[in-house]
Amino acid sequence: MSEPIKIIVEKCVRCGLCVKACPFGAIEQKERKELPVIDLQKCTLCGACKEACKFDAVWMQEKAAPTQDLSAFRDVWVFIEQHDGVIQSIAYELLGEGRKLADSMKMQLCAVFLGSQITGKAQELIARGADKVYLVDRAELAHYQDESYAAVLIELVNRHKPNIFLCGASTIGRSLVSRVAVKVKAGLTADCTGLAIDPANGNLLQTRPAFGGNIMATIVTPNSRPQMATVRHKVMKEAEIDPTRNGKVIEEAIAETLLQSRARRIRFEVEREATMNIAEANIIVSGGRGLQTPENFAMLRELAEVLGAGVGASRAAVDSNWIPYSHQVGQTGKTVCPKIYIAVGISGQIQHLAGMQSSDIIIAINKDPDAPIFKVATYGIVGDLFAIVPKLTSEFRKVLGK
Amino acid sequence: MRYVVCVKQVPETTDVKINPETHTLMREGVAAIINPFDMYAIEEALRLKARTGGTVTVISMGPPQADSALREAIAMGADEGILLSDRAFAGSDTWATSYTLAMAIRKMGDAKVILCGKQASDGDTAQVGPGIAAHLDLPQITYVRKVEDIKENSIVAERMLEDGTEVIESPLPCLLTVVKEINEPRLPSLKGKMASKKAVIATWKASDLNCDPKCIGLEGSPTKVVKVFTPPPRSGGEILKGEPEEIIPSLVAKLKDAVLSAAN
Repeated sequence: MSEPIKIIVEKCVRCGLCVKACPFGAIEQKERKELPVIDLQKCTLCGACKEACKFDAVWMQEKAAPTQDLSAFRDVWVFIEQHDGVIQSIAYELLGEGRKLADSMKMQLCAVFLGSQITGKAQELIARGADKVYLVDRAELAHYQDESYAAVLIELVNRHKPNIFLCGASTIGRSLVSRVAVKVKAGLTADCTGLAIDPANGNLLQTRPAFGGNIMATIVTPNSRPQMATVRHKVMKEAEIDPTRNGKVIEEAIAETLLQSRARRIRFEVEREATMNIAEANIIVSGGRGLQTPENFAMLRELAEVLGAGVGASRAAVDSNWIPYSHQVGQTGKTVCPKIYIAVGISGQIQHLAGMQSSDIIIAINKDPDAPIFKVATYGIVGDLFAIVPKLTSEFRKVLGK
Repeated sequence: MRYVVCVKQVPETTDVKINPETHTLMREGVAAIINPFDMYAIEEALRLKARTGGTVTVISMGPPQADSALREAIAMGADEGILLSDRAFAGSDTWATSYTLAMAIRKMGDAKVILCGKQASDGDTAQVGPGIAAHLDLPQITYVRKVEDIKENSIVAERMLEDGTEVIESPLPCLLTVVKEINEPRLPSLKGKMASKKAVIATWKASDLNCDPKCIGLEGSPTKVVKVFTPPPRSGGEILKGEPEEIIPSLVAKLKDAVLSAAN
């Protein structure tokens, strides 16, 4: 097998741009005048060097031309996540974004709605922008199951051939569409924070963070359809409600065999602590090692209550058993993107930043002026959190009239 | 009972820095480690083996140097390591990666429980685990935080969802992806370290896997990275100086509108 990537000796001017562009440190240039060498063991064929080269001196193996007739794939699909019949807000965000994509491609926006006793809610999806709702309302789909939900989606994709298929990057979404993408041989991009259409070829430009948010990558699925992506919660704007909109609800017949699942739910336990799910929260008050004791989380809960916020925590606080793991923000916990994130006594390890740095407004309270959290903070306060947080709480209480 | 753990070698991300001039990731001198989430998968496999008996096989797809990740797993107590390494695998996205790992697991023939970390710390996709299950047409339990029970032909596990815990029973074979809460990975023992030095790591190439060449590497990958860039740094940060009595009211005044709009 020939090399999948190489530098064309006659074209290369040894400028070294490719060396700098490589995110994987796979290109080496010993001397300024020497030809750069690509280490194929490190190279992931991401194409960053080809993009960076001004002299067209990087050659890369091209993917085979499409074997599918791409024009047969129409419409933008959105998976509607519901829990016990309650449509999750991520679904409205996807409808908002999906509407824009569908309009720019002159396609229809279709909601794919699976569950039990949900027919009455289908109209709501039309009010939120869907032109069509593909509805599968079956008792077997009462709660989410990987196998049956995936089997139904695979069937619907094969039946109707969507061009784009979006799903929330939730626990359920990621488990579900990974299975679907494999079975319909679709490209799937995880956890997108930006979506756009390339007007030249109709490709969906899917932008996502990688390496814990240290780099961003734009990914396309050039030669096959559907183009599938999961989308991060709280990044896209929710679709507005317009009750005058028209659309069609289409009940899809599904074979019994597809509704069966080998893995099955025995029971479900609602999160013990009656606090808001932080992935859903618009405001998060988060605490770290600086709080010193678990009892001091009460101070944060009070502030959170005044603000209508969720309570988060750093890994240090969770590892000390001050608060359950479900509250952990960061790379090993949850990635959150609230409107306001208040970090109290959190130094800001890179893993923590990876989980919250795309929040709109970040407020950091820490006694160490050199704490890395201040580098991402919109507003930073250097000082004693035990003096600052209660004042913050009483001031918000006053201003908000609570 | 054969347990198979899929691991990925990743850069130790705490050390990843951005070159301020070129805005690229500086990876020189960054140590390669086992993806932290995979450590929990290895540990859980070892604990399950202690309950049921059997063997733990660790597999990884990657360049020859990923050998060291497999040796580390053996030092922790895994029985054997298999490296899937071939230039033909280069450029794999999650579709081709899960296909390749699935073909290796199929070749083993008798895997009962397949464990993966919930995601890798470099790509963060969480797609490969469920992808393997789909290729092998197996049931899956993702985001597992506790294995309640395991028998010859079934498993009961707790899965962490956003709003609570779901307890799932599945027949075996089954694929699990695990979260941090499930356990505390052990350190390698001295005996384990000796074993890992002596261990012979098998290397399987594409030709060993009976796989469709159209489904591996660049050709088997529907997605393509067209651009890699550094996110614009957060700007406009401000350190509020002064006594709390002064700065807090002004901060609260600035935030009031944002708080009110967030409440809606």
